[in-house]
Amino acid sequence: MSGFDWGEIERSLPYLFKVGMVFTVELTLLAMAGGIVFGTLLAMMRLSSHRVVSGVAGAYVNLMRSIPLVLVIFWFFFLVPYIGGWITRSNQPVQVGVFLSALVTFTMFEAAYYCEIMRAGIQSIARGQVWSGYALGLNYWQTMGHIVLPQAFRNMVPVLLTQTIILFQDTSLVYVISATDFLGAAAKIANRDYRLVEMYSFAAVVYFVISFSLSYVVKRLQAKIAVLR
Amino acid sequence: MKYPWHWHILLEQEPGGSGTFIHYLLVGLGWSIVTALCAWVIALLVGSVVGTLRTTTNAWVVRIGNAYVEIFRNIPLLVQFFLWFYVFPEFLPTSIGMAVKTMPVPWVFFIPAVLCLGIFTSVRVAEQVRAGIQSLPRGQRMAGIAIGLTQSQAYRFVILPQAFRIIMPPLTSEFMNIIKNSSVAYTIGLLELTGRSRAMSEFTFQTFEAFAAATVLYLLTNLVVVVGMRLLEARVRVPGLIAAGGAPLAGH
Repeated sequence: MSGFDWGEIERSLPYLFKVGMVFTVELTLLAMAGGIVFGTLLAMMRLSSHRVVSGVAGAYVNLMRSIPLVLVIFWFFFLVPYIGGWITRSNQPVQVGVFLSALVTFTMFEAAYYCEIMRAGIQSIARGQVWSGYALGLNYWQTMGHIVLPQAFRNMVPVLLTQTIILFQDTSLVYVISATDFLGAAAKIANRDYRLVEMYSFAAVVYFVISFSLSYVVKRLQAKIAVLR
Repeated sequence: MKYPWHWHILLEQEPGGSGTFIHYLLVGLGWSIVTALCAWVIALLVGSVVGTLRTTTNAWVVRIGNAYVEIFRNIPLLVQFFLWFYVFPEFLPTSIGMAVKTMPVPWVFFIPAVLCLGIFTSVRVAEQVRAGIQSLPRGQRMAGIAIGLTQSQAYRFVILPQAFRIIMPPLTSEFMNIIKNSSVAYTIGLLELTGRSRAMSEFTFQTFEAFAAATVLYLLTNLVVVVGMRLLEARVRVPGLIAAGGAPLAGH
């Protein structure tokens, strides 16, 4: 090993953060938002008394949770262009960028995990809350939207955030479709300059610092919520 | 918008000459399972030790255990693979580093993959073991000490046998995770199931058949693991306990 080259890291900082980290953070936040919305809908479907509805949602969640994320990324990378072609009624698969493909993948994949969290959250609400909602004359959507979901969401904030930290780490897997996320950017420089030790060590440190600080924040938040309740 | 389905491709010869594509994928599944099983041995051993140490009363031992868990929990799995494969050999003495890097295929990919997955999963096992031990009533340990057992005997005969039974369900899902996570080893070159289905899609352009076959094989594997673990759970259940472990909700 020809000495650890700190200059290499310093020179690549703008590319790593302005291109790579921006991609990673955007993907994480958008997939989190989409995943929580779709996941909550899935959770409501899973808890539905209609057996077909709960069956479909259950099958989807179990399927997503049974196959590796890498395989899911490949699936959607090739599937999204076909879906695009089907929507636009074109005869050719539609070219979609790596970012959109990754966003669809992570939204659909993480929704299965957010669904299980929201389901536990909804089930933690006392049944009387739902009955009082109906007794007041609210319909299903009003009861869910104004009474059950706000409480369920609030109870589950720490777990939802913990799942988002995992999502943040998992976005590094877009490496397999050659996206330039933070790790992808580091890998590209590492291979161009043959500085794998420097770039991968640095990437590990950055991921560690971010994930560790976020987990610390979540832990503090959890303590705070626990006191308030 | 039509995709030219051609399921028969699974029975055609793969270009490497090892047999049909379905056979090629099944060998990949074999590699996934072997990698996962070897890593699972490391994960269980290291995870049990670390998890147990974190419940002891020695503050420094607990701190070192916590540091170990935080390090391997907060770095993405893929980055850990790169660290084991590209970075770690560079920090070994030159001769050993060279020997590691020039191991024959597939061992040059397999050994780092097993180490990486094993250590990565050991952290999760350690968390479960700690949670399992802490879920036992304090009286169990006290009673053990009161009848004259030493600290380590109390762990060996009273605490751990109960804790491991309690954490069977979360350990089952960790085992399914380790099979799924072995797919990341494809990025350092190990041709396991996901890697082989990707290779098949590149050889044949029958992308969806390749991924569908891999998906079905993963689902079947999961089914076997779930059924097997249920049988095992039923056999080792402590009579009188509601058999259920509290797994943390977030995870993969």
